[in-house]
Amino acid sequence: MLKSDFENILKERILVLDGAMGTMIQQHTLEEEDFRGARFGDHPCPLKGNNDLLSLTQPEIIKSIHSAYFEAGADIVETNTFSSTSIGMADYQMESLVYELNFESTRLAKEVALEFSEKTPNQPRFVAGSIGPTNRTASMSPDVNDPGFRAVSFDELVAAYKVQVEGLLAGGADLLLVETIFDTLNAKAALFAIEEVQQKQKTALPIMISGTITDASGRTLSGQTVEAFRISLSHIPVLSIGFNCALGADQLLPYVKRLATQSTHFISAHPNAGLPNAFGAYDQTPAQMGDLIEEYLKQEVVNIIGGCCGTTPDHIRLIAERAQKYAPRKPKLNLQ
Amino acid sequence: MTQLKKKPLYLSGLEPLVIDEQSNFVNIGERTNVTGSRKFLRLIENENYQEAIEIAREQVLGGAQIIDVNMDEGMIDGKKAMTTFLNLIAAEPDIARVPIMIDSSKWEIIEAGLKVVQGKCVVNSISLKEGESLFLEQAATIKKYGAAVIIMAFDEAGQADTLERRIEICKRSYDLLVTKINFPPEDLIFDPNIFPVATGMEEHRTNALDFFKATHWIRTHLPHANVSGGVSNVSFSFRGNNTVREAMHASFLYHAIKNGMNMGIVNPSLLEVYDEVPKKLMEYVEDVLLDRKADATERLLDYSEQMVSSTKAKKKQDDNWRKESLESRISHALIKGIDRFIEADVEEARKQVKEPLEVIEGPLMDGMNTVGDLFGEGKMFLPQVVKSARVMKKAVAYLQPFIEAQKSEASKKAGKVLIATVKGDVHDIGKNIVSVVLACNNYEIIDLGVMVPPEVIIQRAVEEEVDVIGLSGLITPSLDEMVYVTKELARLNIEIPVLIGGATTSKAHTAVKIAPVTKAPVIHVNDASRAVGVVSNLLQKEKREAYTLQIRTDYENFKAKFLARGTTKEYISLVQAQANSYRLDWTNFEAKRPNHLGVHTLHSLELEKLVPFFDWTPFFRSWDLHGKYPALLNDAVVGSQAQALFEDAQRMLEKIVTEKWITAKARFGIFPVNSVGDDIEIYTDEKRTQLLGKWITLRQQLKKTKGQANLALADFIAPKALEQIDYMGAFCVSTGFGTEEKAKEFEAEQDDYSSIMVKALSDRFAEAFAEYLHHQIRTNYWGYASQEGLTNEELIAEKYQGIRPAPGYPACPDHLEKKTLWNLLEVEKTIGVSLTESLAMWPASSVSGYYFAHPESRYFGLGKIKEDQLLDYSKRRGIALAEAKKWLNPNLAD
Repeated sequence: MLKSDFENILKERILVLDGAMGTMIQQHTLEEEDFRGARFGDHPCPLKGNNDLLSLTQPEIIKSIHSAYFEAGADIVETNTFSSTSIGMADYQMESLVYELNFESTRLAKEVALEFSEKTPNQPRFVAGSIGPTNRTASMSPDVNDPGFRAVSFDELVAAYKVQVEGLLAGGADLLLVETIFDTLNAKAALFAIEEVQQKQKTALPIMISGTITDASGRTLSGQTVEAFRISLSHIPVLSIGFNCALGADQLLPYVKRLATQSTHFISAHPNAGLPNAFGAYDQTPAQMGDLIEEYLKQEVVNIIGGCCGTTPDHIRLIAERAQKYAPRKPKLNLQ
Repeated sequence: MTQLKKKPLYLSGLEPLVIDEQSNFVNIGERTNVTGSRKFLRLIENENYQEAIEIAREQVLGGAQIIDVNMDEGMIDGKKAMTTFLNLIAAEPDIARVPIMIDSSKWEIIEAGLKVVQGKCVVNSISLKEGESLFLEQAATIKKYGAAVIIMAFDEAGQADTLERRIEICKRSYDLLVTKINFPPEDLIFDPNIFPVATGMEEHRTNALDFFKATHWIRTHLPHANVSGGVSNVSFSFRGNNTVREAMHASFLYHAIKNGMNMGIVNPSLLEVYDEVPKKLMEYVEDVLLDRKADATERLLDYSEQMVSSTKAKKKQDDNWRKESLESRISHALIKGIDRFIEADVEEARKQVKEPLEVIEGPLMDGMNTVGDLFGEGKMFLPQVVKSARVMKKAVAYLQPFIEAQKSEASKKAGKVLIATVKGDVHDIGKNIVSVVLACNNYEIIDLGVMVPPEVIIQRAVEEEVDVIGLSGLITPSLDEMVYVTKELARLNIEIPVLIGGATTSKAHTAVKIAPVTKAPVIHVNDASRAVGVVSNLLQKEKREAYTLQIRTDYENFKAKFLARGTTKEYISLVQAQANSYRLDWTNFEAKRPNHLGVHTLHSLELEKLVPFFDWTPFFRSWDLHGKYPALLNDAVVGSQAQALFEDAQRMLEKIVTEKWITAKARFGIFPVNSVGDDIEIYTDEKRTQLLGKWITLRQQLKKTKGQANLALADFIAPKALEQIDYMGAFCVSTGFGTEEKAKEFEAEQDDYSSIMVKALSDRFAEAFAEYLHHQIRTNYWGYASQEGLTNEELIAEKYQGIRPAPGYPACPDHLEKKTLWNLLEVEKTIGVSLTESLAMWPASSVSGYYFAHPESRYFGLGKIKEDQLLDYSKRRGIALAEAKKWLNPNLAD
């Protein structure tokens, strides 16, 4: 589908994004051998926690999670590829698997999406290739005593993202979602890579970008305000811009609103199910979150809404039900 | 030419920078440039990045909105230096706040820079020098990194040095970028080459002029594009003569900005304020820049040589203060109102002390005390003090985060003063001046703003445990409001001293009406310069008792004398007064039929039309500079201060006009009328059968000497009984739309001086508008004096025929007439000026009134009226006696 096709849908209704992948995987209480599967029994380092790897070793679990979200009413599911770059996979010594991880994850998601699209032809289902921030920052030093140091360079990020994007495209993604952006320079590298790959392959998948406001300062981890963040990524004609993760729906709303008043793009939000408790778990119930999300809908600030950490199909079901009742935000006109 | 609204150029560091048509000139910092700063070069060569960062910080603190970083030097690994430096400043939030300009002639250095900056930066620069394909390839890459770009006017044949070449290259570059690779045109910044003038070479004579013309051409023909340039180049041939260079930069910028240059590299230490340049020098400089005379260069050279000897010493002295001790630098900055270095100096001071608070209590307060002393001695004048306060506020604002970080106890202020404009009143210029003056003297000010209800004043005064309450107001109903607030305080046994100020307040009113309602000290302070002395006397334990006793005695004596004087005045009854009305000879009079009967609206009058109607005298009065303009400018005592203030005012006035800060709106009408007793009936048409409304005028009741009439405005209108038609007009003008926003902007920048200035000028515009409109009425809309040709001085002296008295002023002190006027003209609905509950007009810079045309109509003061007229009035007005009393209270004879 073209960007304009999505734009036409988004003018009509609010699209619902899925919820957390990690939270759902945790419910399966998988052990080291489950992560390894038959194929990686001899892998030299521990693999437990490499959620993205499950697309290869436990594809049925991943498919069932996608199914559960589509079942709950999601229009878009994200591929299980949040960390599938050579940088993210370095911790597991799996850099060489990056293309395959992205390709397979997308293929799985697409399979489930097609199944549901057939079941509900009025509600076509889509797959967004998830592109995470990596675990390194390009504009901040991890060493407080050496502020000029960088653990990763722009070029390294571009190279890593290129392989990921190639895998996502080949696997059949409908959209590309650059998300959880806590350092805008990382996102610029991802967008740079997407541009290069799409130019070369002559494709034009719509791009969604989603930043992360880390705390009540209202800034990204790399220090940018909402508007500075938006401006820094304004050179790419994206489908949507938004925020996800780190905050619950209520804490995130003011920043999404600010974006909504400034941006001519469609607006997305996928907040966490509240803030984590002392044990790192999320307590916000679907009903509680549903009420908070209803504020987004009432105030017409979003076009795409979903959940991040701690959200489950039950959360998404309530969100989807409520989203149906409201009109989408009308994007600000591009004043010529 | 297109009428497109320019798309803004969006840039970002950690924070956004939006450059649109409303933006002022964007100043690009240039000290982090190895080709321009020897110091920076040395630091980079020695890899002393720590100090190099400080240069960037100084730039940003000094007001640079973008910082230009250039590492093009043969001895430096430019790519590495660019990367290292940009990575380092990314870790400094107060620097990384602003967008970066990556400046290099080497593409690899530019790209290295683009790879380490998260914000949307500017590339400086690319050009067609090496041909189209490389140009487009580089631009496409810049676009992929998400940066804006400066395009040099340079092509395969070389640098553009004529107007035609500049236009040709810029147009070609623009077309290529916008059509071939869809480069967003708002992200293009053209640099049409600033070259030196006065080089002696014939072909350089139009260098500046060509730049101006090229800039104008670009801004009008290349939609959304921006223009930038390095200004100091223009004065290259005057190296060593900073006076000429500074003047030249000031003039160049002035003209370049007027032509559309919206950003540029300017060295702030080589820049004079346009209006501060001596007129003669500016004339010579502009002759050169604008190529106005064949021998302009020679004349400027001659002049500058004569000047050098006389100014060198002074100039040296001017800069010398930066070399003195930290304390004297801070003191100098405060006294002179120079805020340029204050943050750096305060930072230096902060590093020398344990607690940041010590900086305030030490050097800053010492400096402000000096300011206070000079002010007390009459050696400094109010506008200067306000400028000092601006510097002080900036310094304190800078220290605030450090103080909070240290969680040290609250700063020990001399005292806390709550200040407010009372309920129903919107006027705050005077209040703000008093706030600033007190703040300068280390009082903590709690400014509650305008239209503050009494309960809020009292609640906050108690909560904040203030030492003094200041009440301000301009319109007459505020006088009663002040009495009420003071009564309430007394009722609640709150004995905080109250200061009374504002144009209609007086010692008489305070002594007679306010002071008696409370035991607490109540003092009338109508002069900002007196506020400090009064507050200081009130707050010094040892002085307080004696001082308040003295005031109390003084006021009681004053009251006694005043009342005694009141009783000696003799009033006559309303009936007697009406019998002694002003009788005009109506039989030999025929009212001129208005050219345009009915109601009219002006939605946005060009502000420049109002400037010739300015009356400057009240402007100076609002700054406590008393005297008549223009003689005031040459006054032996305050002349130089008045001149400085006048120059600042002129500068802002120009901006208000060119940048349209405010909107001038008017609603007015002329109607058929007749008088019936002391009322004036307004009719729907000239048949005069249907009533549209009724003006209620009040009549003087003071016993007059023989031959003097007891006037009412109704006397100037033909009586209905004579069956003779007459006409009368009414109007409301406002220039207050936009004022408040602008003032808020200045306040946000700690710039109270400009905030007060914009309000004071706005008020002048409103008065000028009233004058302008009255002139239009006389000569055009009504046309009873179509041949009138009066000068502004004559207008100010009211030498025209007819009057325009305003409700709330001496001839007609009844504010309720404004309600009639609002209904009659539908003022709020049509131009948005509203009335507060006390019937003040909002926005504040508004004027309303009536038009009387009879040649014998004139201004007068109503004076006091008696109970019988009050009763008569309440019946005519259809309101209860108590309400009538409330509105006319200030005019009731005791």
